[in-house]
Amino acid sequence: MRALSDNAKGKIKLTILRVIVYAILAFLVFLCLFFFYLMIINASRSNAQLATGFEILPKEHFIDNLVNAWNDASINIPRGMLNSLIIALATAVLTTYFSALTAYGIHAYDFKGKKFVFTFIMAIMMIPAQVSALGFVQMMNKFNMNNSYIPLILPGMAAPVVFFYMKQYMESVLPLDIVAAARVDGSGEFRTFNTIVLPLLKPAIAVQMIFSFVSSWNNYFIPALLLDKAEMKTVPIMIAQLRSADYSKFDMGKVYMFILLAILPVMLVYIILSKSIIKGVTAGSVKG
Amino acid sequence: MERKIRRKDGSLRSVSYAKWGYIFIVPFFLAYLIFTLVPQFLTVYNSFFENYQDGLNQVGPNYVGLDNYKTLFTPDSAGTVRIVKYVANTMIMWFAGAVPQFVIALLLAIFFTSYRLNIKGQGFFKTVIYMPNLIMAAAFSMLFFTLFSRVGPIQALLVKNGWIDASFDFFSHRITVRGMIATMNFLMWFGNTTIVLMAGIMGIDQALFESATLDGANAWQVFFRVTMPLLMPIFVYCLITAMIGGIQMFDVPQVLTKGNGAPDETTRTLVMYLNNYLTNKNYGMAGAISVIIFIVTGALGGVVYKMLVKQYKEPQRQHRRRKGDVL
Repeated sequence: MRALSDNAKGKIKLTILRVIVYAILAFLVFLCLFFFYLMIINASRSNAQLATGFEILPKEHFIDNLVNAWNDASINIPRGMLNSLIIALATAVLTTYFSALTAYGIHAYDFKGKKFVFTFIMAIMMIPAQVSALGFVQMMNKFNMNNSYIPLILPGMAAPVVFFYMKQYMESVLPLDIVAAARVDGSGEFRTFNTIVLPLLKPAIAVQMIFSFVSSWNNYFIPALLLDKAEMKTVPIMIAQLRSADYSKFDMGKVYMFILLAILPVMLVYIILSKSIIKGVTAGSVKG
Repeated sequence: MERKIRRKDGSLRSVSYAKWGYIFIVPFFLAYLIFTLVPQFLTVYNSFFENYQDGLNQVGPNYVGLDNYKTLFTPDSAGTVRIVKYVANTMIMWFAGAVPQFVIALLLAIFFTSYRLNIKGQGFFKTVIYMPNLIMAAAFSMLFFTLFSRVGPIQALLVKNGWIDASFDFFSHRITVRGMIATMNFLMWFGNTTIVLMAGIMGIDQALFESATLDGANAWQVFFRVTMPLLMPIFVYCLITAMIGGIQMFDVPQVLTKGNGAPDETTRTLVMYLNNYLTNKNYGMAGAISVIIFIVTGALGGVVYKMLVKQYKEPQRQHRRRKGDVL
């Protein structure tokens, strides 16, 4: 009898606990989505409608705002998105390819100083780009490259975090027998890497390409120091420009549309690939 | 037959492939040298020179030794040491975001991994809470500005409900601006931390939880005596990487306050200070600040490095240590 009532008590407790947990989760979901929901709603309202304040349902001016934002004279958002896209795609490809190549160089070969090389890459992993930004900007100015894609793309070849991820991935999926077998079949070392190793790394490459694309697309600090030509500017610089423009004269519907356009590409990728992205978050960090 | 051929080819192993190791790692190091290491030295070098623009006149570069560092720590006419103030701003805003970030992330990680609770729809929840992490910080900040501005919808909603006065301005109070920045940092990072901590908890041997429960431990005891101690390495790792990220806080306050750290520079961060000198081309002072940020992140990064390397060497060692424990 007592055991039963204890059991019932436990069940009630568990139900109450569950209700609390779901309530907390619902609140957090609300917090995460609310501001973006407002953004989409407001991107569908005209400037006059926006002046009336808070609104929970969309209005009919979404396309108008899109056309206005797209054709804006001072903020060339299509050009900005193209610039950002070129830089982010190129960075994603370079970062993943060369990180994998470097990781493979250390994983598959024995050479003098290998330990030191690995230690060195691990040691520089946490140093942020800001602390060398001054010298970087100075150098690029000297080379006359401050309005070029190159200084925003090529540094991606040295990405210690992606390297570390690739190295760990190789340890779990890449048996060196395969490499030896390829050698027996007369495959050159580069060919082995490109045609045999890379395909085996596909999942890791896909995840890291997404992450490097996103961080490059969102990058603001370094590009803002380098790019000053209007036609070279990237999306984050344009968004910041929006903030420093004379705000009162702006069509607010257009402003919301600019913000929407700035985050849209990443959101689309995320909606399609959220599962593998979330899986990739934990990799490359300390394990319990 | 086959075996014979293999053995014959096995002799190929004596051929040294070492040079390929070097060839494969060269691009990485070349890029690192050109785009990071040389600039890093240049940055440090610059910090020992007076080099700025005074109106149209270029002053320097003249070697001044440690003068830039001295200037950095000299109080201004109002008696405040600006860098100390900006470091304090950065720390306060980081802390205000990080405390809820870690508390909520830990809670969610425990909820999601609890068999008893058996939370449904985990995929959906994780997808939603991780989403803000991928949002462009500059755009998120701009969105907050438009939503909370004097003519924005949030202000209108709060005034309509009588919660705030019509004259209230979110951007003229220290607490609200700092609050907005901390909120954005919280929203952008708690999902990420949740997912990492979850992986940590799932990596703990389930038998430990079971035996603790069988021994009569309640939920709190299991948490404090089993989960937390075993989760500690991951938790500390998250905390330190979050701190390193916090030191770099820039995009959000820069865009939100138009770079001026309003009100009254109470939301100006260390990197905003650096950025200000960089855009004004005062390379001496910018260099000195960079070196200080480098030292601080370097020290914190050293801890992360140690943890990663330790984990890396752990697999073989763990066995030995477990055997040792029994003895």
